[in-house]
Amino acid sequence: MAHFTKPAEGSWTELYPHLGTAPVSYQDSIDPEWFEDEREAVFKRSWLNLGRVEQLPRKGSYFTRELDAARTSLIIVRGADDEIRAFHNICRHRGNKLAWTDYPNEEDKGTCRQFACKYHGWRYDLEGELTFVQQEGEFFDLDKSDYGLVPVHLDVWEGFIFVNLADEPEQPLREFLGDLATGLDGYPFGEMTYCYEYVADVGANWKLFIDAFAEFYHAPILHMRQSVAEEASKLAGVGFEALHYEIYEPTAHSVVSSWGGMSPPADPSMVKPIENVLRSGLFGPWDKPEGIDLSTLPAGLNPAEHRAWGTDSFQVYPNMVILIWEPGWYLTYHYWPTAMNRHRFEARLYFAEPKNLAERISQELAAVTFKEFALQDGNTLEATQTMLESGVVREFPLCDQELLVRHLHHTVREQVNDYRAERDVAVAVGR
Amino acid sequence: MSLLPSDFADLEVFADWILPTEDERYAKRLGSTMAEMQSFYDTAFPRLEAIMAHAETVPIGDAAVVSDEDRNLAYLAFSLVTASFPVEAWKQPHVPDSGAAAFPLVSEPGF
Repeated sequence: MAHFTKPAEGSWTELYPHLGTAPVSYQDSIDPEWFEDEREAVFKRSWLNLGRVEQLPRKGSYFTRELDAARTSLIIVRGADDEIRAFHNICRHRGNKLAWTDYPNEEDKGTCRQFACKYHGWRYDLEGELTFVQQEGEFFDLDKSDYGLVPVHLDVWEGFIFVNLADEPEQPLREFLGDLATGLDGYPFGEMTYCYEYVADVGANWKLFIDAFAEFYHAPILHMRQSVAEEASKLAGVGFEALHYEIYEPTAHSVVSSWGGMSPPADPSMVKPIENVLRSGLFGPWDKPEGIDLSTLPAGLNPAEHRAWGTDSFQVYPNMVILIWEPGWYLTYHYWPTAMNRHRFEARLYFAEPKNLAERISQELAAVTFKEFALQDGNTLEATQTMLESGVVREFPLCDQELLVRHLHHTVREQVNDYRAERDVAVAVGR
Repeated sequence: MSLLPSDFADLEVFADWILPTEDERYAKRLGSTMAEMQSFYDTAFPRLEAIMAHAETVPIGDAAVVSDEDRNLAYLAFSLVTASFPVEAWKQPHVPDSGAAAFPLVSEPGF
Protein backbone atom coordinates (compact mmCIF):
# COMPACT_ATOMS: atom_id res chain seq x y z
CA MET A 1 0.00 0.00 0.00
CA ALA A 2 1.37 3.39 -0.96
CA HIS A 3 1.60 5.82 1.94
CA PHE A 4 2.74 8.72 -0.19
CA THR A 5 1.34 9.86 -3.51
CA LYS A 6 3.04 8.49 -6.61
CA PRO A 7 3.05 10.21 -10.01
CA ALA A 8 0.07 9.78 -12.33
CA GLU A 9 2.22 7.53 -14.54
CA GLY A 10 1.78 4.92 -11.79
CA SER A 11 5.36 4.88 -10.53
CA TRP A 12 8.41 7.12 -10.23
CA THR A 13 10.33 4.91 -12.63
CA GLU A 14 7.71 5.20 -15.35
CA LEU A 15 8.11 8.99 -15.27
CA TYR A 16 11.37 8.26 -17.08
CA PRO A 17 10.33 5.79 -19.79
CA HIS A 18 13.84 5.53 -21.27
CA LEU A 19 14.94 3.72 -18.12
CA GLY A 20 12.44 0.90 -18.56
CA THR A 21 11.45 -1.38 -15.72
CA ALA A 22 13.40 -4.52 -16.69
CA PRO A 23 16.04 -6.19 -14.51
CA VAL A 24 19.42 -4.42 -14.66
CA SER A 25 22.81 -5.89 -15.54
CA TYR A 26 25.65 -5.34 -13.07
CA GLN A 27 28.34 -6.28 -15.59
CA ASP A 28 29.39 -2.62 -15.32
CA SER A 29 30.65 -3.31 -11.79
CA ILE A 30 32.69 -6.46 -12.42
CA ASP A 31 34.38 -5.92 -15.80
CA PRO A 32 37.94 -4.50 -15.64
CA GLU A 33 37.83 -3.30 -19.26
CA TRP A 34 34.60 -1.48 -18.59
CA PHE A 35 36.22 0.21 -15.62
CA GLU A 36 39.16 1.36 -17.76
CA ASP A 37 36.69 3.00 -20.11
CA GLU A 38 34.82 4.62 -17.22
CA ARG A 39 38.03 6.46 -16.38
CA GLU A 40 37.93 8.11 -19.80
CA ALA A 41 34.20 8.37 -20.41
CA VAL A 42 33.08 9.44 -16.96
CA PHE A 43 35.92 10.75 -14.82
CA LYS A 44 37.91 12.61 -17.47
CA ARG A 45 34.81 14.31 -18.89
CA SER A 46 32.59 15.25 -15.93
CA TRP A 47 32.93 18.12 -13.52
CA LEU A 48 34.21 16.60 -10.26
CA ASN A 49 33.94 18.17 -6.83
CA LEU A 50 37.23 18.20 -4.91
CA GLY A 51 36.27 20.10 -1.80
CA ARG A 52 35.22 23.49 -0.54
CA VAL A 53 36.66 26.99 -0.59
CA GLU A 54 37.02 26.94 3.21
CA GLN A 55 39.90 24.48 2.70
CA LEU A 56 41.82 27.35 1.06
CA PRO A 57 41.44 30.16 3.58
CA ARG A 58 44.29 32.46 2.44
CA LYS A 59 46.61 33.31 -0.41
CA GLY A 60 49.00 30.41 -0.90
CA SER A 61 46.69 27.82 0.72
CA TYR A 62 46.77 24.63 -1.32
CA PHE A 63 45.87 20.97 -1.22
CA THR A 64 46.62 18.09 -3.55
CA ARG A 65 44.19 15.39 -4.65
CA GLU A 66 45.16 11.97 -5.91
CA LEU A 67 42.70 11.13 -8.67
CA ASP A 68 43.35 7.47 -9.39
CA ALA A 69 40.18 7.38 -11.45
CA ALA A 70 41.77 9.73 -13.95
CA ARG A 71 45.34 8.61 -13.26
CA THR A 72 46.56 12.00 -12.16
CA SER A 73 47.28 14.15 -9.14
CA LEU A 74 46.13 17.76 -8.90
CA ILE A 75 47.20 20.84 -6.98
CA ILE A 76 44.39 23.19 -5.98
CA VAL A 77 45.75 26.55 -4.85
CA ARG A 78 44.57 30.03 -3.96
CA GLY A 79 46.76 32.50 -5.84
CA ALA A 80 48.22 35.84 -4.77
CA ASP A 81 45.27 37.35 -6.66
CA ASP A 82 42.85 35.28 -4.46
CA GLU A 83 41.78 33.26 -7.50
CA ILE A 84 41.50 29.48 -6.97
CA ARG A 85 43.21 27.42 -9.67
CA ALA A 86 43.94 23.76 -10.36
CA PHE A 87 47.03 22.29 -11.98
CA HIS A 88 48.30 18.83 -12.73
CA ASN A 89 50.81 18.05 -9.99
CA ILE A 90 53.74 17.55 -12.35
CA CYS A 91 57.00 19.45 -12.83
CA ARG A 92 57.50 20.52 -16.44
CA HIS A 93 61.19 19.61 -16.38
CA ARG A 94 61.25 15.82 -16.13
CA GLY A 95 57.88 14.86 -14.77
CA ASN A 96 58.47 14.61 -11.05
CA LYS A 97 55.44 15.03 -8.84
CA LEU A 98 55.67 18.62 -7.63
CA ALA A 99 53.83 18.92 -4.29
CA TRP A 100 54.16 16.07 -1.81
CA THR A 101 55.73 15.41 1.58
CA ASP A 102 57.61 12.22 2.46
CA TYR A 103 55.25 9.86 0.61
CA PRO A 104 54.61 10.68 -3.04
CA ASN A 105 51.23 8.93 -3.04
CA GLU A 106 49.85 10.71 -0.01
CA GLU A 107 47.86 13.89 -0.34
CA ASP A 108 49.44 17.10 0.85
CA LYS A 109 48.10 20.42 2.07
CA GLY A 110 49.34 23.62 3.59
CA THR A 111 50.31 27.16 2.75
CA CYS A 112 53.24 28.20 0.59
CA ARG A 113 54.63 31.11 -1.44
CA GLN A 114 55.65 28.99 -4.39
CA PHE A 115 56.05 25.36 -5.44
CA ALA A 116 59.60 24.06 -5.73
CA CYS A 117 60.42 20.71 -7.29
CA LYS A 118 62.38 18.40 -5.01
CA TYR A 119 64.34 16.99 -7.96
CA HIS A 120 66.16 19.90 -9.65
CA GLY A 121 64.71 22.88 -7.87
CA TRP A 122 62.49 24.36 -10.59
CA ARG A 123 60.04 26.79 -9.03
CA TYR A 124 56.51 27.86 -9.91
CA ASP A 125 54.48 30.72 -8.50
CA LEU A 126 50.97 30.37 -7.07
CA GLU A 127 49.49 31.14 -10.47
CA GLY A 128 51.43 28.28 -12.06
CA GLU A 129 54.09 30.31 -13.90
CA LEU A 130 57.61 28.88 -14.03
CA THR A 131 59.76 31.45 -12.18
CA PHE A 132 63.12 29.77 -11.64
CA VAL A 133 65.23 27.22 -13.49
CA GLN A 134 68.36 25.89 -11.83
CA GLN A 135 71.37 26.61 -14.11
CA GLU A 136 69.07 28.10 -16.68
CA GLY A 137 72.03 28.88 -18.99
CA GLU A 138 72.65 25.14 -19.52
CA PHE A 139 69.33 24.77 -21.37
CA PHE A 140 68.73 25.31 -25.06
CA ASP A 141 66.43 28.19 -26.04
CA LEU A 142 64.30 27.63 -22.96
CA ASP A 143 61.54 30.21 -22.62
CA LYS A 144 60.16 29.94 -19.09
CA SER A 145 56.77 31.25 -20.18
CA ASP A 146 56.33 28.04 -22.21
CA TYR A 147 56.76 25.83 -19.15
CA GLY A 148 54.10 26.85 -16.66
CA LEU A 149 52.14 24.19 -14.78
CA VAL A 150 49.47 22.41 -16.82
CA PRO A 151 46.16 24.00 -15.85
CA VAL A 152 42.91 22.17 -15.23
CA HIS A 153 39.47 23.74 -15.71
CA LEU A 154 38.11 24.83 -12.34
CA ASP A 155 34.95 26.57 -11.24
CA VAL A 156 33.15 27.12 -7.95
CA TRP A 157 29.46 26.77 -7.12
CA GLU A 158 28.19 27.76 -3.65
CA GLY A 159 31.68 27.24 -2.23
CA PHE A 160 32.11 23.78 -3.80
CA ILE A 161 35.26 23.53 -5.94
CA PHE A 162 34.82 21.54 -9.15
CA VAL A 163 37.40 20.59 -11.77
CA ASN A 164 37.05 19.16 -15.24
CA LEU A 165 39.94 17.23 -16.78
CA ALA A 166 38.75 17.53 -20.38
CA ASP A 167 40.78 19.76 -22.73
CA GLU A 168 37.54 21.64 -23.31
CA PRO A 169 34.61 20.74 -21.02
CA GLU A 170 31.44 19.93 -22.89
CA GLN A 171 29.65 22.62 -20.88
CA PRO A 172 30.40 25.16 -18.14
CA LEU A 173 29.93 24.01 -14.52
CA ARG A 174 26.70 25.92 -14.05
CA GLU A 175 25.12 24.32 -17.09
CA PHE A 176 26.47 20.91 -16.03
CA LEU A 177 24.80 21.27 -12.61
CA GLY A 178 21.58 22.58 -14.16
CA ASP A 179 18.40 22.61 -12.10
CA LEU A 180 20.09 20.91 -9.14
CA ALA A 181 22.18 24.05 -8.61
CA THR A 182 19.29 26.39 -9.29
CA GLY A 183 17.22 24.60 -6.67
CA LEU A 184 19.94 24.83 -4.02
CA ASP A 185 21.28 28.33 -4.69
CA GLY A 186 21.37 30.30 -1.46
CA TYR A 187 21.43 27.41 1.01
CA PRO A 188 23.81 28.56 3.79
CA PHE A 189 26.54 25.99 3.05
CA GLY A 190 29.14 28.67 3.83
CA GLU A 191 27.81 29.02 7.39
CA MET A 192 28.09 25.31 8.11
CA THR A 193 31.82 24.77 8.22
CA TYR A 194 32.38 22.67 11.34
CA CYS A 195 33.45 19.49 9.60
CA TYR A 196 33.82 15.83 10.59
CA GLU A 197 35.67 13.98 7.84
CA TYR A 198 35.71 10.19 7.38
CA VAL A 199 37.58 8.14 4.81
CA ALA A 200 37.24 4.44 4.11
CA ASP A 201 38.81 2.09 1.62
CA VAL A 202 35.91 -0.06 0.39
CA GLY A 203 36.33 -3.32 -1.51
CA ALA A 204 33.52 -2.69 -3.96
CA ASN A 205 32.92 -0.95 -7.26
CA TRP A 206 32.27 2.76 -6.71
CA LYS A 207 28.75 2.55 -8.12
CA LEU A 208 27.68 -0.01 -5.53
CA PHE A 209 28.12 2.44 -2.66
CA ILE A 210 26.27 5.14 -4.58
CA ASP A 211 23.51 2.57 -5.09
CA ALA A 212 23.41 1.93 -1.35
CA PHE A 213 22.90 5.57 -0.48
CA ALA A 214 20.65 6.39 -3.44
CA GLU A 215 17.87 4.20 -2.03
CA PHE A 216 16.52 3.91 1.49
CA TYR A 217 14.58 0.71 0.73
CA HIS A 218 17.39 -1.03 2.67
CA ALA A 219 17.19 1.18 5.74
CA PRO A 220 14.41 -0.48 7.80
CA ILE A 221 16.08 -3.88 7.29
CA LEU A 222 19.88 -3.48 7.29
CA HIS A 223 19.76 -0.88 10.05
CA MET A 224 16.86 -2.42 11.97
CA ARG A 225 18.67 -2.75 15.29
CA GLN A 226 19.72 0.90 15.28
CA SER A 227 16.19 1.74 16.42
CA VAL A 228 14.47 0.81 19.66
CA ALA A 229 12.72 -2.56 19.25
CA GLU A 230 9.13 -1.40 18.90
CA GLU A 231 10.05 1.32 16.45
CA ALA A 232 12.22 -1.10 14.44
CA SER A 233 9.45 -3.62 13.87
CA LYS A 234 7.09 -0.82 12.90
CA LEU A 235 9.60 0.55 10.39
CA ALA A 236 10.24 -2.89 8.90
CA GLY A 237 6.51 -3.52 8.59
CA VAL A 238 5.87 -0.24 6.79
CA GLY A 239 9.03 -0.38 4.68
CA PHE A 240 10.36 2.71 2.98
CA GLU A 241 8.72 5.06 0.53
CA ALA A 242 10.28 8.33 -0.53
CA LEU A 243 8.31 11.55 -0.64
CA HIS A 244 9.64 12.44 -4.05
CA TYR A 245 12.16 11.50 -6.73
CA GLU A 246 13.40 13.68 -9.51
CA ILE A 247 15.99 13.43 -12.25
CA TYR A 248 16.99 16.92 -13.32
CA GLU A 249 16.92 16.32 -17.03
CA PRO A 250 18.76 17.03 -19.25
CA THR A 251 21.50 16.60 -16.63
CA ALA A 252 22.18 13.28 -14.91
CA HIS A 253 21.79 14.67 -11.40
CA SER A 254 18.88 13.63 -9.24
CA VAL A 255 17.30 13.77 -5.79
CA VAL A 256 15.48 11.48 -3.41
CA SER A 257 13.43 13.30 -0.80
CA SER A 258 12.51 11.49 2.41
CA TRP A 259 10.43 11.91 5.50
CA GLY A 260 11.63 11.36 9.02
CA GLY A 261 13.80 12.91 11.62
CA MET A 262 11.27 13.43 14.37
CA SER A 263 13.09 16.43 15.84
CA PRO A 264 12.05 16.25 18.58
CA PRO A 265 10.14 12.94 18.44
CA ALA A 266 6.44 12.94 19.22
CA ASP A 267 7.00 10.10 21.68
CA PRO A 268 10.32 10.01 23.60
CA SER A 269 10.14 6.22 23.93
CA MET A 270 10.63 5.99 20.13
CA VAL A 271 14.29 6.93 20.47
CA LYS A 272 17.21 5.69 22.54
CA PRO A 273 17.81 7.12 26.05
CA ILE A 274 20.98 8.98 25.06
CA GLU A 275 19.16 10.66 22.18
CA ASN A 276 16.61 12.09 24.61
CA VAL A 277 19.28 13.53 26.87
CA LEU A 278 21.50 14.93 24.11
CA ARG A 279 18.55 15.97 21.89
CA SER A 280 20.29 14.53 18.86
CA GLY A 281 20.50 11.44 16.68
CA LEU A 282 20.91 10.25 13.11
CA PHE A 283 19.10 13.33 11.78
CA GLY A 284 21.41 15.58 13.77
CA PRO A 285 20.86 17.86 16.75
CA TRP A 286 17.12 18.45 17.23
CA ASP A 287 17.58 22.16 17.83
CA LYS A 288 18.32 24.20 14.74
CA PRO A 289 21.58 26.17 14.80
CA GLU A 290 21.19 29.68 16.14
CA GLY A 291 22.09 32.57 13.90
CA ILE A 292 21.50 30.80 10.59
CA ASP A 293 18.34 31.73 8.77
CA LEU A 294 16.57 28.55 7.69
CA SER A 295 13.07 30.06 7.67
CA THR A 296 12.90 30.12 3.88
CA LEU A 297 14.53 27.21 2.13
CA PRO A 298 15.69 27.16 -1.51
CA ALA A 299 13.00 25.88 -3.87
CA GLY A 300 14.87 22.63 -4.55
CA LEU A 301 14.55 21.47 -0.95
CA ASN A 302 11.55 19.45 0.20
CA PRO A 303 10.26 19.24 -3.38
CA ALA A 304 7.05 17.49 -2.29
CA GLU A 305 6.45 20.27 0.25
CA HIS A 306 5.59 17.61 2.79
CA ARG A 307 5.20 18.45 6.48
CA ALA A 308 7.07 15.25 7.47
CA TRP A 309 10.08 16.13 5.30
CA GLY A 310 13.36 15.05 6.87
CA THR A 311 16.13 14.94 4.29
CA ASP A 312 17.00 15.39 0.63
CA SER A 313 19.81 13.42 -0.93
CA PHE A 314 21.12 15.12 -4.06
CA GLN A 315 23.09 12.85 -6.37
CA VAL A 316 25.64 15.02 -8.17
CA TYR A 317 26.69 12.88 -11.10
CA PRO A 318 29.02 11.10 -11.29
CA ASN A 319 30.40 10.59 -7.78
CA MET A 320 29.15 13.10 -5.23
CA VAL A 321 26.17 13.32 -2.91
CA ILE A 322 24.98 16.39 -1.02
CA LEU A 323 22.54 15.35 1.67
CA ILE A 324 20.68 18.13 3.46
CA TRP A 325 18.89 17.41 6.74
CA GLU A 326 15.82 19.29 7.89
CA PRO A 327 17.32 20.23 11.30
CA GLY A 328 19.92 22.41 9.59
CA TRP A 329 23.12 20.67 8.56
CA TYR A 330 24.40 18.74 5.58
CA LEU A 331 26.85 16.05 4.59
CA THR A 332 28.68 15.11 1.43
CA TYR A 333 29.78 11.74 0.08
CA HIS A 334 32.41 11.18 -2.57
CA TYR A 335 33.18 7.87 -4.22
CA TRP A 336 36.62 7.73 -5.86
CA PRO A 337 37.34 4.53 -7.73
CA THR A 338 40.84 3.11 -7.34
CA ALA A 339 40.20 -0.18 -9.17
CA MET A 340 37.29 -2.05 -10.73
CA ASN A 341 36.40 -3.46 -7.31
CA ARG A 342 37.78 -0.83 -4.90
CA HIS A 343 37.10 2.76 -4.09
CA ARG A 344 37.92 5.41 -1.58
CA PHE A 345 34.77 6.58 0.17
CA GLU A 346 34.82 10.00 1.79
CA ALA A 347 32.10 11.43 4.02
CA ARG A 348 32.07 14.91 5.50
CA LEU A 349 29.48 16.13 7.99
CA TYR A 350 29.09 19.90 8.05
CA PHE A 351 27.46 21.62 11.01
CA ALA A 352 27.22 25.19 12.19
CA GLU A 353 30.07 26.04 14.54
CA PRO A 354 28.87 25.01 18.03
CA LYS A 355 28.58 27.92 20.44
CA ASN A 356 29.14 25.91 23.60
CA LEU A 357 30.38 22.52 24.70
CA ALA A 358 26.85 21.12 25.01
CA GLU A 359 26.18 21.75 21.32
CA ARG A 360 29.47 20.03 20.51
CA ILE A 361 28.44 16.96 22.54
CA SER A 362 25.07 16.83 20.74
CA GLN A 363 26.90 16.89 17.40
CA GLU A 364 29.13 14.05 18.58
CA LEU A 365 26.07 11.80 18.92
CA ALA A 366 25.02 12.62 15.35
CA ALA A 367 28.53 11.90 14.07
CA VAL A 368 28.92 8.63 15.97
CA THR A 369 25.45 7.48 14.88
CA PHE A 370 26.38 8.24 11.29
CA LYS A 371 29.45 6.04 11.59
CA GLU A 372 27.48 3.12 13.06
CA PHE A 373 25.21 3.16 10.01
CA ALA A 374 28.04 3.60 7.53
CA LEU A 375 29.96 0.62 8.93
CA GLN A 376 26.99 -1.62 8.20
CA ASP A 377 26.57 -0.16 4.71
CA GLY A 378 30.26 -0.49 3.82
CA ASN A 379 30.60 -4.07 4.97
CA THR A 380 27.54 -5.18 3.00
CA LEU A 381 29.07 -3.79 -0.18
CA GLU A 382 32.10 -6.06 -0.03
CA ALA A 383 29.74 -9.03 0.28
CA THR A 384 27.83 -7.80 -2.77
CA GLN A 385 30.95 -7.23 -4.86
CA THR A 386 32.35 -10.73 -4.35
CA MET A 387 29.05 -12.37 -5.26
CA LEU A 388 28.52 -10.17 -8.31
CA GLU A 389 32.00 -11.23 -9.45
CA SER A 390 30.96 -14.86 -9.15
CA GLY A 391 28.84 -14.21 -12.25
CA VAL A 392 26.22 -16.67 -11.02
CA VAL A 393 23.49 -14.06 -11.42
CA ARG A 394 23.87 -11.29 -13.98
CA GLU A 395 20.63 -9.30 -13.90
CA PHE A 396 18.78 -7.92 -10.94
CA PRO A 397 15.24 -6.61 -10.52
CA LEU A 398 15.05 -3.08 -9.15
CA CYS A 399 11.94 -1.68 -7.51
CA ASP A 400 10.42 1.77 -7.83
CA GLN A 401 12.29 2.96 -4.70
CA GLU A 402 15.52 2.06 -6.51
CA LEU A 403 14.88 4.46 -9.37
CA LEU A 404 18.13 6.35 -8.81
CA VAL A 405 20.10 3.08 -8.81
CA ARG A 406 18.60 2.22 -12.19
CA HIS A 407 19.30 5.76 -13.39
CA LEU A 408 22.97 5.74 -12.31
CA HIS A 409 23.80 2.50 -14.10
CA HIS A 410 21.87 3.63 -17.16
CA THR A 411 23.77 6.93 -17.30
CA VAL A 412 27.20 5.36 -16.89
CA ARG A 413 26.32 2.71 -19.48
CA GLU A 414 25.29 5.39 -21.98
CA GLN A 415 28.43 7.47 -21.38
CA VAL A 416 30.77 4.52 -21.74
CA ASN A 417 28.96 3.23 -24.84
CA ASP A 418 29.10 6.71 -26.41
CA TYR A 419 32.80 6.92 -25.62
CA ARG A 420 33.41 3.50 -27.13
CA ALA A 421 31.49 4.44 -30.28
CA GLU A 422 33.53 7.63 -30.66
CA ARG A 423 36.75 5.72 -30.11
CA ASP A 424 35.78 3.10 -32.70
CA VAL A 425 35.07 5.84 -35.23
CA ALA A 426 38.40 7.48 -34.42
CA VAL A 427 40.19 4.17 -34.94
CA ALA A 428 38.30 3.54 -38.17
CA VAL A 429 39.30 6.87 -39.67
CA GLY A 430 42.87 6.26 -38.54
CA ARG A 431 43.11 9.05 -35.99
CA MET B 1 45.18 18.24 40.35
CA SER B 2 41.75 17.04 39.31
CA LEU B 3 40.94 15.79 35.85
CA LEU B 4 37.30 16.89 35.75
CA PRO B 5 35.35 19.91 37.00
CA SER B 6 34.81 19.45 40.75
CA ASP B 7 31.08 18.70 40.38
CA PHE B 8 32.02 15.61 38.41
CA ALA B 9 34.77 14.23 40.63
CA ASP B 10 32.69 11.04 41.05
CA LEU B 11 33.36 10.22 37.37
CA GLU B 12 37.13 10.28 37.71
CA VAL B 13 37.10 6.53 38.33
CA PHE B 14 36.46 6.34 34.57
CA ALA B 15 39.52 8.45 33.74
CA ASP B 16 40.64 5.78 31.25
CA TRP B 17 37.67 6.84 29.07
CA ILE B 18 38.98 10.42 28.84
CA LEU B 19 40.37 10.07 25.33
CA PRO B 20 40.93 13.03 23.01
CA THR B 21 40.46 11.30 19.62
CA GLU B 22 37.61 9.33 18.11
CA ASP B 23 40.13 6.72 17.06
CA GLU B 24 41.12 6.07 20.68
CA ARG B 25 37.52 6.09 21.90
CA TYR B 26 36.43 3.60 19.26
CA ALA B 27 39.42 1.36 19.99
CA LYS B 28 38.64 1.50 23.72
CA ARG B 29 35.07 0.45 23.01
CA LEU B 30 36.16 -2.51 20.86
CA GLY B 31 38.70 -3.50 23.51
CA SER B 32 36.20 -3.42 26.40
CA THR B 33 33.88 -6.10 27.68
CA MET B 34 30.14 -5.49 27.85
CA ALA B 35 30.40 -5.61 31.66
CA GLU B 36 32.98 -2.81 31.63
CA MET B 37 30.88 -0.66 29.35
CA GLN B 38 27.70 -1.36 31.25
CA SER B 39 29.38 -0.24 34.47
CA PHE B 40 30.64 2.96 32.81
CA TYR B 41 27.21 3.62 31.33
CA ASP B 42 25.31 2.87 34.54
CA THR B 43 27.36 5.43 36.44
CA ALA B 44 27.91 8.09 33.79
CA PHE B 45 24.59 8.10 31.95
CA PRO B 46 22.54 9.30 34.97
CA ARG B 47 25.03 12.19 35.18
CA LEU B 48 24.69 13.17 31.52
CA GLU B 49 21.97 15.77 32.08
CA ALA B 50 24.18 17.47 34.65
CA ILE B 51 27.13 17.27 32.25
CA MET B 52 25.05 18.94 29.54
CA ALA B 53 23.81 21.65 31.92
CA HIS B 54 27.43 22.41 32.82
CA ALA B 55 28.60 22.18 29.19
CA GLU B 56 26.02 24.79 28.17
CA THR B 57 27.90 27.28 30.31
CA VAL B 58 31.21 26.59 28.54
CA PRO B 59 31.53 28.71 25.40
CA ILE B 60 33.67 27.37 22.57
CA GLY B 61 34.84 28.95 19.34
CA ASP B 62 37.42 31.48 18.23
CA ALA B 63 37.76 33.62 21.34
CA ALA B 64 37.00 30.96 23.95
CA VAL B 65 39.60 29.16 26.04
CA VAL B 66 38.34 25.80 27.28
CA SER B 67 39.91 24.58 30.53
CA ASP B 68 41.55 21.15 30.64
CA GLU B 69 38.88 19.97 33.09
CA ASP B 70 36.03 20.97 30.76
CA ARG B 71 37.84 19.49 27.79
CA ASN B 72 38.24 16.20 29.66
CA LEU B 73 34.56 16.26 30.59
CA ALA B 74 33.68 16.60 26.91
CA TYR B 75 35.98 13.68 26.01
CA LEU B 76 34.33 11.59 28.70
CA ALA B 77 30.89 12.50 27.31
CA PHE B 78 32.08 11.56 23.79
CA SER B 79 33.18 8.17 25.16
CA LEU B 80 29.78 7.72 26.78
CA VAL B 81 28.20 8.39 23.38
CA THR B 82 30.42 5.73 21.85
CA ALA B 83 29.71 3.21 24.62
CA SER B 84 25.97 3.89 24.50
CA PHE B 85 25.65 2.00 21.20
CA PRO B 86 26.83 -1.36 22.56
CA VAL B 87 24.81 -0.81 25.75
CA GLU B 88 21.58 0.63 24.36
CA ALA B 89 21.45 -1.09 20.98
CA TRP B 90 23.90 -3.84 20.09
CA LYS B 91 24.54 -5.89 23.27
CA GLN B 92 28.05 -6.38 21.89
CA PRO B 93 31.02 -4.00 21.48
CA HIS B 94 31.15 -3.86 17.68
CA VAL B 95 28.47 -2.85 15.22
CA PRO B 96 26.66 -6.02 14.04
CA ASP B 97 27.52 -7.07 10.48
CA SER B 98 30.35 -4.57 10.31
CA GLY B 99 33.06 -7.28 10.28
CA ALA B 100 36.43 -5.93 9.26
CA ALA B 101 35.02 -2.69 7.88
CA ALA B 102 36.77 0.42 9.19
CA PHE B 103 35.59 3.98 8.90
CA PRO B 104 38.08 6.26 10.60
CA LEU B 105 37.31 9.87 11.39
CA VAL B 106 40.41 11.39 9.79
CA SER B 107 39.66 14.98 10.72
CA GLU B 108 37.84 15.84 13.91
CA PRO B 109 36.74 19.43 14.51
CA GLY B 110 38.51 20.98 17.46
CA PHE B 111 37.17 23.21 20.22
